[in-house]
Amino acid sequence: MSDSLPADSVGLVTPSHLHVETPLDLECGRTLPQFDLIYETYGQLNTDKSNAVLICHALSGDHHAAGFNSLEERKPGWWDSAIGPGKAIDTNHFFVVCPNNLGGCKGSSGPNTINPETGKLYGPDFPIVTVTDWVKSQAILADSLAIQKWAAVVGGSLGGMQALHWAISLPDRVAHVLVIAAAPKLSAQNIAFNEVARTAIKSDPEFHQGRYQEFNTVPRQGLGLARMLGHITYLSDEAMGEKFGRELRSGKIQYGYDVEFQIESYLRYQSISFVERFDANTYLLMTKALDYFDPAKEFNDDLTQAVKAIQAKSLIISFTSDWRFSPLRSLEIVNALLSAGKSVSYAEIEATQGHDAFLMPIPRYMEIFASYMQQVAKEVNG
Amino acid sequence: MTLRVDLQIISDWIPDNAHVLDLGCGNGALLKHLQQRNVTGYGLEIDNSKFTECIHSGVNVIQADLDVGLGQFADQSFDFVILSQTLQAVKRPDFLLREIMRVGKQGIIGFPNFGHWQCRVQLGLGGKMPVSKNLPNAWFDTPNIHLCTLKDFEKICDQYGFSVVNRSVVNHEHKDTLGIRLLPNLFGQIAVYLIHNGKS
Repeated sequence: MSDSLPADSVGLVTPSHLHVETPLDLECGRTLPQFDLIYETYGQLNTDKSNAVLICHALSGDHHAAGFNSLEERKPGWWDSAIGPGKAIDTNHFFVVCPNNLGGCKGSSGPNTINPETGKLYGPDFPIVTVTDWVKSQAILADSLAIQKWAAVVGGSLGGMQALHWAISLPDRVAHVLVIAAAPKLSAQNIAFNEVARTAIKSDPEFHQGRYQEFNTVPRQGLGLARMLGHITYLSDEAMGEKFGRELRSGKIQYGYDVEFQIESYLRYQSISFVERFDANTYLLMTKALDYFDPAKEFNDDLTQAVKAIQAKSLIISFTSDWRFSPLRSLEIVNALLSAGKSVSYAEIEATQGHDAFLMPIPRYMEIFASYMQQVAKEVNG
Repeated sequence: MTLRVDLQIISDWIPDNAHVLDLGCGNGALLKHLQQRNVTGYGLEIDNSKFTECIHSGVNVIQADLDVGLGQFADQSFDFVILSQTLQAVKRPDFLLREIMRVGKQGIIGFPNFGHWQCRVQLGLGGKMPVSKNLPNAWFDTPNIHLCTLKDFEKICDQYGFSVVNRSVVNHEHKDTLGIRLLPNLFGQIAVYLIHNGKS
């Protein structure tokens, strides 16, 4: 990055840690005897602790949502477009908390951390955690910060599902919930894509049943393939067409099997850089958490019944070109909230960027997002 | 903030604590006004900037196209369904009217009266499609594609078995003149109807 930090940035941030000694009973039936959560915070918590906003990250996200961890960092946190002074989630008004989910690979307990019972890396022995478990663990984080009720819980994609689950399972602790580019559960097609990604990882000879670190290796090929596939589902045909079209790297066709089209080169770059920053076991775990998410399941598959407990007011946002979680999937959530008589608003944003649109500073999206959060701020300030 | 004439009439008809659906809610002024009386519900709006105004003023708003109907709402799930100054702009007013009376216990419909004498003079004597303060667009670019008169509206209600519980016909100044009382279809500029299912 440049010498000076942008004026609308939260600036330099240092992550915080929470170590929890109390065992956490997980949905899968296993127990984490103790765990750690890494998280970042931006802005100031007010005296009555009523201005806290929880950010839930998506599949490959982490706790570093905004600002810079060092002056050398080239890119800010993953949702810097929406978090900062004067931005949609205005850190002049809100105290923003973003944890790395359990099972993640950026500092919270997960496959790439040490199992305190054995003194060795968890690896594939880390239990499969679910969205329910994330909410439970984050409630403990909220307790530790003396936050009884979030002014808002906000998330996109898998983070949106998590935000929705917060509002359903701990209704008195969420005043507003913003569910962006999400779905009430995965479709068969969504699960199918996840399964191809998992198969890519598991069939890499370097995977070693998930014990690759013991063999001092990484299933690069498999994790990279998984990312390539995922990346295609995050973009729209239109966005790829606009960005790459059929452009050739060398200007002419080579009649060979090396990288020729710009899109191939881009996907390879994505795959290589992802392998550097992400753990294969975490990828497997996160896709499973996505597959299992289905809050209506315990309500006879009736989503309206599932959202009945919600006390929060909600804003649901979808994007026209998102085919991973299309506007129709968001409408399933909206319709359940409507038939349960809940307070809900819904916007469908015209966007060409596909699923990834939720991370982009699209003017109409940001205007609605900011307007809603200004109302939340007004309520907080009474 | 003062409400638009038709919205003031509608507001007067809605009791405290009612649950309402406002179709084509614009900037949410009516719903915002009704919030003071504990009236709950949603607005439906398709226009981007009006939608954002709703969000900005804390009104529940769903981005939706009225032409596709109200399929997301259950039968009889609202005390009132409101459609003000929009009936004439939808593709199938007959379809929307039936949808309104399916999801609402009562419907409140407001529209510009095309039977007003000025419209009749412009068309009948001038031989041109009417343009007025209420209907300011030329025939080729007007969003108002299904204009009707009081008589037309009452006829379609009768046809579908909706009865008129209340009717308010006024001019632009929200005045109820002697002329309007005697000949509403000739002198009324804005009509608002309160209708319900079944014969009264």
